[in-house]
Amino acid sequence: MSGNGIGYGEQGGEVAPELAQEAAPTTAPSVPAAFGLFSSDTKKNEDLKQMLESSKDSAKLDAMKRIVGMIAKGKNASELFPAVVKNVASKNIEIKKLVYVYLMRYAEEQQDLALLSISTFQRALKDPNQLIRASALRVLSSIRVPIIVPIMMLAIKEASSDLSPYVRKNAAHAIQKLYSLDPEQKEMLIEVIEKLLRDRSTLVAGSVVMAFEEVCPDRIDLIHKNYRKLCNLLVDVEEWGQVVIIHMLTRYARTQFVSPWKTDEDVGDEYNENNFYESDEEQKEKDRKVKKTYTMDPDHRLLLRNTKPLLQSRNAAVVMAVAQLYWHLAPKSEAGIISKSLVRLLRSNREVQYIVLQNIATMSIQRKGMFEPYLKSFYVRSTDPTMIKTLKLEIMTNLANEANISTLLREFQTYVKSQDKQFAAATIQAIGRCATNISEVTDTCLNGLVCLLSNRDEIVVAESVVVIKKLLQTQPAHHGEIIKHMAKLLDNITVPVARASILWLIGEYCERVPKIAPDVLRKTAKSFTNEDDLVKLQILNLGAKLYLTNSKQTKLLTQYVLNLGKYDQSYDIRDRTRFIRQLIVPNEKSGALSKYAKKIFLAQKPAPLLESPFKDRDHFQLGTLSHTLNSRATGYLELSDWPEVAPDPAVRNVEVAESAKEWTAILSKTKKEKPTEKFYSESEEEEEDSASTSATESESGSESEKERKEESSSNESSESSSSTGVSSDSESEESTEKKTSGAAEESDSEDIKKKAKEISKSRSTFSSSDTESSSSEESSSNSKSESDSNNDSDTEKSRNATSSKKGEKTVQGRKAPNKQDVFLLDLDDFYPVTTPVAVPAAAILSPSLTADLEGLSLSGSPVIDVTTQVFVPTKMHEMLHRMTGKGLSAHYQFSRQPCIFGDRMVSVQVTLTNTSDQKIENIHIGEKKLPPGMRMHEFNPIECLEPERSVTVSMGIDFCDSTQTASFQLCTKDDHFNVNIQPPVGELLLPVTMSEKDFKKEQGMLTGMNETSATIDVAPQNSTSRVITERLMKAANLGVVPSGQDKIHRFAAKTVHSGSLMLVTVELKESSTAQLIINTEKTVIGSVLLRELKPVLSQG
Amino acid sequence: MKMIHSLFLINCSGDIFLEKHWKSVVSQSVCDYFFEAQEKAIDVENVPPVISTPHHYLISIYRDKIFFVSVIQTEVPPLFVIEFLHRVADTFQDYFGECSETAIKDNVVIVYELLEEMLDNGFPLATESNILKELIKPPTILRSVVNSITGSSNVGDTLPTGQLSNIPWRRAGVKYTNNEAYFDVIEEIDAIIDKSGSTVFAEIQGVIDSCIKLSGMPDLSLSFMNPRLLDDVSFHPCIRFKRWESERVLSFIPPDGNFRLISYRVSSQNLVAIPVYVKHLISFKENSSSGRFDVTIGPKQNMGKTVEGVVMTVHMPKAVLNMNLTATQGSYTFDPVTKVLAWDVGKITPQKLPNLKGIVNLQSGAPKPEENPSLNIQFKIQQLAISGLKVNRLDMYGEKYKPFKGVKYITKAGKFQVRT
Repeated sequence: MSGNGIGYGEQGGEVAPELAQEAAPTTAPSVPAAFGLFSSDTKKNEDLKQMLESSKDSAKLDAMKRIVGMIAKGKNASELFPAVVKNVASKNIEIKKLVYVYLMRYAEEQQDLALLSISTFQRALKDPNQLIRASALRVLSSIRVPIIVPIMMLAIKEASSDLSPYVRKNAAHAIQKLYSLDPEQKEMLIEVIEKLLRDRSTLVAGSVVMAFEEVCPDRIDLIHKNYRKLCNLLVDVEEWGQVVIIHMLTRYARTQFVSPWKTDEDVGDEYNENNFYESDEEQKEKDRKVKKTYTMDPDHRLLLRNTKPLLQSRNAAVVMAVAQLYWHLAPKSEAGIISKSLVRLLRSNREVQYIVLQNIATMSIQRKGMFEPYLKSFYVRSTDPTMIKTLKLEIMTNLANEANISTLLREFQTYVKSQDKQFAAATIQAIGRCATNISEVTDTCLNGLVCLLSNRDEIVVAESVVVIKKLLQTQPAHHGEIIKHMAKLLDNITVPVARASILWLIGEYCERVPKIAPDVLRKTAKSFTNEDDLVKLQILNLGAKLYLTNSKQTKLLTQYVLNLGKYDQSYDIRDRTRFIRQLIVPNEKSGALSKYAKKIFLAQKPAPLLESPFKDRDHFQLGTLSHTLNSRATGYLELSDWPEVAPDPAVRNVEVAESAKEWTAILSKTKKEKPTEKFYSESEEEEEDSASTSATESESGSESEKERKEESSSNESSESSSSTGVSSDSESEESTEKKTSGAAEESDSEDIKKKAKEISKSRSTFSSSDTESSSSEESSSNSKSESDSNNDSDTEKSRNATSSKKGEKTVQGRKAPNKQDVFLLDLDDFYPVTTPVAVPAAAILSPSLTADLEGLSLSGSPVIDVTTQVFVPTKMHEMLHRMTGKGLSAHYQFSRQPCIFGDRMVSVQVTLTNTSDQKIENIHIGEKKLPPGMRMHEFNPIECLEPERSVTVSMGIDFCDSTQTASFQLCTKDDHFNVNIQPPVGELLLPVTMSEKDFKKEQGMLTGMNETSATIDVAPQNSTSRVITERLMKAANLGVVPSGQDKIHRFAAKTVHSGSLMLVTVELKESSTAQLIINTEKTVIGSVLLRELKPVLSQG
Repeated sequence: MKMIHSLFLINCSGDIFLEKHWKSVVSQSVCDYFFEAQEKAIDVENVPPVISTPHHYLISIYRDKIFFVSVIQTEVPPLFVIEFLHRVADTFQDYFGECSETAIKDNVVIVYELLEEMLDNGFPLATESNILKELIKPPTILRSVVNSITGSSNVGDTLPTGQLSNIPWRRAGVKYTNNEAYFDVIEEIDAIIDKSGSTVFAEIQGVIDSCIKLSGMPDLSLSFMNPRLLDDVSFHPCIRFKRWESERVLSFIPPDGNFRLISYRVSSQNLVAIPVYVKHLISFKENSSSGRFDVTIGPKQNMGKTVEGVVMTVHMPKAVLNMNLTATQGSYTFDPVTKVLAWDVGKITPQKLPNLKGIVNLQSGAPKPEENPSLNIQFKIQQLAISGLKVNRLDMYGEKYKPFKGVKYITKAGKFQVRT
């Protein structure tokens, strides 16, 4: 595991031995000129030193280039260390980079001097440029000097919460480096890994999983909460990260889900024990039921579904990773899809072919059917390298069956004649294997092989003999002729294995060839001394067997052979001779055993099994190095067997999902009149079934489930979780488009649909004219979104209505008190814009997945504590009327996302529309008149806006937690207009998740001055929790705090600028009144908010 | 899982001409195990890609007469390393025009800088050519002259923003005066034809190679007249998979420059038209140390297009000493060392079919070769995709200018082998 190359490491640390090594290179051919260079090297280094000390960058650069050249050739340049390290702070980027290269190579050997460079990196770690921060971390962590471990640890910790995902990615890389430098740091590093695993950036995902695999692969518990997120991110992760994540998830899945294969095979076994007292009939029924009710865990399904597209990757490693995942995890009926992709890889270069063929060989033993349709793809070309040919042959042999054997044998005939004799020999073995496996062709094959005995090539003949021997052993009855034929061959064949095989055959069946056998013995006795050991042993064997069956003729010959053997040089042969003599030649010393000599020698021997050499490889995970080598490689992680009973699937629920259940429980109370059954399709009910069966069959897993059931009056809880799964599946398919299609997915009520269309329309125009951003995705999603909405609208209207409620409430849900989830919100322009009333994304998504899906984009700023916004008001505020704007109209709305331009800013989306018939050019922001402290991030100038088009741009404004107006000029090429943006107080907030307990605690600290309250009238129709939540959310960007009491509703948020808490409580009283309480340090905002919220609930 | 520890580049004569270590230094002596395996394998093609040594594992690829030998310490998916090494070779090819020992030695500093960026602690960091080119500029003659005068460097001082975006394959701020997009639909026929001329196995593999020189962030979508032909497809990461799944349209923001957009296989249900036939008569007489060789190539099912660039290569049996042939068209060479016969035919004109005929001289006393050699045929047909695949249209979104669009079709022989 660790990086110390014990075997070959040059870790001397001193200069002297290094130089010595240089002078005497370890591999003779590699550095032929080393001796000559030695003397001149030192001189050369002198002038390099001078160059490095010169004031000119070009000289320094030249010197560095030459030094790198030396390193590349494996020459020692360590004595230049002091001269080089001085340049670490060079302004010239290329010099700097080359110094880094040098440092990474030699720092380990020159630890003291290396320390001189550390402060430079420490400074760079604070650089405003993310790329410089990242590269500083990279180099710092690559300097393998134990003394700086604490500095590295600190740097990693800081980098892991850096705003830039790229820096965080490098932090993940650094974890592994630090771990290999100092494994003592493991615990601390695991903490960092845990934190980075929660990261939502696709850049980080691959690297952190890599670090996880390296540092703590056994801490599978760290994965639970991130499992769904990883599955969903997978498509967007870079290819190398995909491979690592897929391998890790394969291991994970094998510990967390039950086998999907049981349905294919017999499920009965374990149940037989359980149902000991039941009659057979009942048992069968049970079995059938179980068979029918096996439903895959939705998370298991999620993994399979999300990896499938990756089979289309151009990267062979990714395809192989997915293939092995399907092989190890998918139901057998589904694994077939991987064969096509694997066969495709066979077009690639020979190295890829080699590995892929090996894996196919293993697979084809167990499941022939998978590759049978591609049989012809494995046909051998004369130009293939031998190792590829033999592997193909192996696979063809595995795939042989009654139907295709005749074609295959014809193909084999071509191969046997191949000029590549090694391959021809392998073909003969393959024919032998086909012959034993398929009894119909045994005779044909045998005849064919006998024909080969007259082949001119000895290797072919020898191989045939060996194979025939094995074949005859399986059915010796009527093959006297063949044996005779082979006896004749003995005169010509020289290959020891073949000779030995013939001798063994004759000995074994000597009674079938009574005349020939003694003659063979006579001949071989003559040549005994010149034979190979292998053949000698068989001559002894033959002699012994003949002595026992035909002692009259062969007694003397055998004794002669035994005498030869007695004085042989090989002790093995001497031993055997002694053994045989004692056994067969009766004398006074020979014990009881010699009576059984005949039984011992001429016992019926089991026929050898002709098996594939790949037979025993299946216990290694496919696609691994261990599988390729067929031996355990260092660091190989065993793939565990499926658990009998799945561990609690709830561990994968992200916190918000937990509160989902509670919310559904509450909802079900309020909406009792509606029968739940109707909301769910059959399949979901089935799942519910299975959920309950699994609950009853598993002792451990059921407890939590029961508890949950008791909590809710109906079956809601289990139901909601299963529906979660289903809906999540359907959503996950869209995961690649989620950033964009979200907006269009809302489909419920008519007007919203319209709005959605409007939005998507305006966006598509935007995308076509936008030059900078990744607008591309947009266009793809438009058409799709239409169809989506159609599908949803009718059949699932009612369901959406309810689940949307669930969704909206759960997303903002509650959090476990001490866990701070880092939500790296997606700040893409295409963030799903949600509307009040129907909450689209959440409606279709499972609650837990919403959270997972939301942060999928690359860019992101960590906003700790802040949850996703739940409602985004579609209310557009007018900024510039088209009349005053001379055709240009502008509206703004608050997207309620954390702002990308700065975390103290409120993000504002401005939609600019050209209503004139001329195009408007160069729209930009001009002079700004902002109150003190207020800052504004402008949108990028729009070069041109065509007539009838509109564009949405986003900008960020830091309102300093005040409702003051931001005034500025909106300019076009010819005009400028004074415009204002005034934020409603509710938009100056960001929702916060907290538990009820935390809420009360915080509230307790914000009393007195910090509390404002009012009694308000509540219209009767507004007294349900749903409406209250909805209305408050519409008015202000709040997060719901789950509440245990029906009458009290709590909401939490923080102010955008200062991050002060803002706690809102609505306590329903008798006679249509309610107490509205706001606790906050920001008393001004608090009272303004109170004023704003007052009318919200009283309106009808 | 620790990935690549060290990398050694070894030429055919067994010299280690470059080494790079990403962790502690591993001595060159580890390569001795590789040399041992190489010796055992006889042929370079047969050197096993994965070799186990007492302390390390060696995973190697062979490209352009160079062995890329990587040293691994622990379990890792071998394909991961192999794929990466090929990516490294591709990058060298891309940067220096060729991936040869001389090119690498001449540009050793750039090679080092590239390797440094491509791998961090043995794990791939930046492998996209577009990003790398922003970090490290490829050498050109002009630039090296300029550099030597002004002292400016090959290291980019702009930040590779692509790496940070969600379209890492494209660099930002691309500008062209002529905006062009070219697509080459290249199909290759893999076939095995048996002695009697019947097809044992044939399939069509295709790729679409693109050369995109478009400014800004163009969003392209390419559609086919008959997308159902494509049975199995692999994509460049830029392609939106969902769009393909639902509409069979290739929608993507392209990388800048040359890249492979997709590779595909045409479904095996379709019968493959074989554009050429070969008449052959190769025989070796028993006990006479000579043989006859007579091969004619003719066009067949070529859709009215000319078959050109025809080359036939034959690995003759070891016993063949020399060949005395006459070609009615083109020229032939026979290398008595490697025993490779190469016949460069050129274009096939149906009126006068090219023929190669003559005597084969065998080593005297050697037994007659029992198998006739296979004939490997190469050919090209311009303006034809043999599967019938046709590009319907290319649309561009996101940019205002009108690009020049071009599609070229070409059919080639892939692994096309005639058994005799």
